[in-house]
Amino acid sequence: MFRLEPRASAPLLWQVATPVMAVIATMITGGLLFAALGFDPVASIRTIFWDPLFGPASGYSRPQLLVKAGPLILIASGLALGFRAGIWNIGAEGQYIIGAICGAAVALAAYPHEAFWIFPAMIVAGAVGGWAWGMIPALLRNWFGASEILVSLMLVYVAQKIAAWMAFGPMKNPEGFNFPGSRNLQQYPAASNPELIANTGLHWGGIAALVALVVTWFVMSRHILGFRIRTAGAAPRAARFAGVRPERLVALCLGLSGALAGLAGLFEVAGPAGQITESFGSGYGFTAIIVAFLGRLHPLGILLAGLLMALTYIGGELAQMMLNLPASTVQVFQGMLLFFLLGFDILTRYRIRRRA
Amino acid sequence: MSDVFRAEGLGKTYPGVRANDDISFSVGAGEIHALLGENGAGKSTLVKMIYGLVRPDEGHMQLSGTPHAPADPRAARASGVAMVFQHFSLFDALTVAENIALGMENPPPRAELSRRIAELSQAYGLPLNPARRIASLSAGERQRVEILRCLLQNPRLLIMDEPTSVLTPQEAEILFATLRQLAAAGTAILYISHKLEEIRTHCDRATILRHGKVVGTVDPRAHSARELAAMMVGAEMKLVDRSGRKPGDVVLDVKALSTPAATEGVTLKNISLTLRTGEILGIGGVAGNGQDELLAALSGEITTPHGTVTLSSADLSALGPDPRRAAGLLSAPEDRLGHAAVPQFSLTENTLLTAGGRQDIVKRGLIDHNAARAFAESIIKAFDVRTPGPGTAAGALSGGNLQKFVIGREVLGGPKVLVVNQPTWGVDAGAAAAIRQALLDLAAKGAGVIVISQDLDELLELSDRFCALNEGRLSPPRPTEGLTIDEIGLMLGGAHGMEVGHVPA
Repeated sequence: MFRLEPRASAPLLWQVATPVMAVIATMITGGLLFAALGFDPVASIRTIFWDPLFGPASGYSRPQLLVKAGPLILIASGLALGFRAGIWNIGAEGQYIIGAICGAAVALAAYPHEAFWIFPAMIVAGAVGGWAWGMIPALLRNWFGASEILVSLMLVYVAQKIAAWMAFGPMKNPEGFNFPGSRNLQQYPAASNPELIANTGLHWGGIAALVALVVTWFVMSRHILGFRIRTAGAAPRAARFAGVRPERLVALCLGLSGALAGLAGLFEVAGPAGQITESFGSGYGFTAIIVAFLGRLHPLGILLAGLLMALTYIGGELAQMMLNLPASTVQVFQGMLLFFLLGFDILTRYRIRRRA
Repeated sequence: MSDVFRAEGLGKTYPGVRANDDISFSVGAGEIHALLGENGAGKSTLVKMIYGLVRPDEGHMQLSGTPHAPADPRAARASGVAMVFQHFSLFDALTVAENIALGMENPPPRAELSRRIAELSQAYGLPLNPARRIASLSAGERQRVEILRCLLQNPRLLIMDEPTSVLTPQEAEILFATLRQLAAAGTAILYISHKLEEIRTHCDRATILRHGKVVGTVDPRAHSARELAAMMVGAEMKLVDRSGRKPGDVVLDVKALSTPAATEGVTLKNISLTLRTGEILGIGGVAGNGQDELLAALSGEITTPHGTVTLSSADLSALGPDPRRAAGLLSAPEDRLGHAAVPQFSLTENTLLTAGGRQDIVKRGLIDHNAARAFAESIIKAFDVRTPGPGTAAGALSGGNLQKFVIGREVLGGPKVLVVNQPTWGVDAGAAAAIRQALLDLAAKGAGVIVISQDLDELLELSDRFCALNEGRLSPPRPTEGLTIDEIGLMLGGAHGMEVGHVPA
């Protein structure tokens, strides 16, 4: 038999190796799953992981990589700050939706005015909207001790209802022949978030994601705030002793991750999505949780994990079109990734020994 | 005197450590036999082998002439070995009788059990009401429950692991009277401690361990405490130097400090004290009487109403830990792992917990990692912290070395006032002497020092004045000069609850 022996510290090798092992295990299990469903496993895996980048249709799918990875990375880099501190914002999806609604509100209020300040004002509104939605669980935790996990998660469903209400009510396009949904911001130059370089998929959200990565890397490694965040996560009593006020950290982390999620929503509504619809939330906020953990809460890891997750989105769609794989393939893959990552994580904290 | 227990050539190796090496000794019937050694000398490994928690790699044991090789603690108990652990394993919400029944293989009916508990507790002078809830018992009474639990098994060998660390001196006296009575009835007692005076007064023989080996078995009454310590440490102990201290002006003034009632922990009640420059104030008391809370109220983890904490005429009461450190009030909490230091972080990173501002490591929020490493290295050098380097995780250091690092971090911060809680708890004798000397040197240079400790010898050795902390209240200070252990015991609330109670039959 085998037994697990705790390690004194988590070796860097295993910290890097386990996400890779999780990806490989996901591919193998996914292949077996497809084989059981009667599909060719090798072709399926190739369609999901290879074809979007190098396949015959990659000219279309490659730009999509940045379109999908941008919001994932932007949201995940904010979530990672809180996760490091042991503050669990599970409701980034809701903050993403509210950020999009607030940003779109600015644009729709200004319509059809053309001015340079409109897009910056939308950015501010998106960030503030996400921040405010994130502050609700923060304040409830600080004042009443409510679990931020439950509150932030449940606020997602509130946000989804608000999005539906907006699409059917206040934000409905007056020239939209009574279809639900707001005006399309892509057709409103002052408010649109266009592709910056043709055929790359890069829009302002991608730039913001890169800035967020660099800033969070700097804060976590060089700034005392990052040290306090890590201390609060590793040893809460030591953090208090060092002068950290837990309430402030809760407000900061939930507010900041909410603001970044709100930004991601704003860039999405002004860019690829174009309008507020009943089903504006597309799951980026939840997938970003996987991205943050798969990336080991480290900026570089989050960059790679964000690209990989974006790949599963695109590859999943491609597999639906090309091979008629079920639509739930993507969720199954993303779920398996997190599952295997958490499973393999045992190897970073324990070593396996043969029982004598 | 026939041998109840005998060990021959016991050895145990853990990865990288030879915990026990060729250990042979014996405990006779009716003998109180001390097992003496520093932390890490191999005492607990040895005891775990006797109690069946760990199996020896080589050697063998005998119990009353028959081979003793227990597969687990249950087998050890069945063959007549009982053990009272340092940390109690009792359920607060249950009564004494219920707790004892839980630990038995085949508990008799409750009434019968209560009767036997009452009989035994009368017979051995351990007053205890079987119907009382554990939550309402003092530490000394809880220990009695553990002892009674052992006595109900009629053990041939009773192992006691540092039993007096949670007791006041008067409670300890009662314990020793019980042990004497047990020994007189023929029970062999293996007594683990590093309190030398206690062993010299009460034990018949002492086996001294160092680095996993038996140094020798001696009659503790024939040796001085210094000689025993020298055998334990393997070198002459350095005497601490108390000279060169002159109390000056009042530097810290605590007035009517109270903390609001909390759901857990002790509330501080109307605590007042003054501390002068160059003075060491000792605060004694059994753990759990408000020590953690007092340190937190001084470090700034708990803030209190205006005018309660004043440092050199600056009111710090409402300020958090950072501004208090900036003002010169530094502190070192008891719990090294997770409070005074973050176990997963390197020593370099651990300097940032408290020294960021005072050592110019953090400027305008930016961390100077080189300065942090340099400061960690200077602590390692000045306090002889044994570690591969400043990049080592704090959790990988031994207790004594990490404690030297934690105390060193604050001492090198150049405090006006330093507050330490249990500065040498669980620290080997050599490191403890170094830490005490550092505190004395700091006071000699003009800082005020508050030492909160359970170790009365330590407090008498270090402090100029002594107060006792009991249930959140601080006694008026007394000069240490001329104070006896008995008087201190009474200050600590000493004999409260120690009279022989009425035990319903």
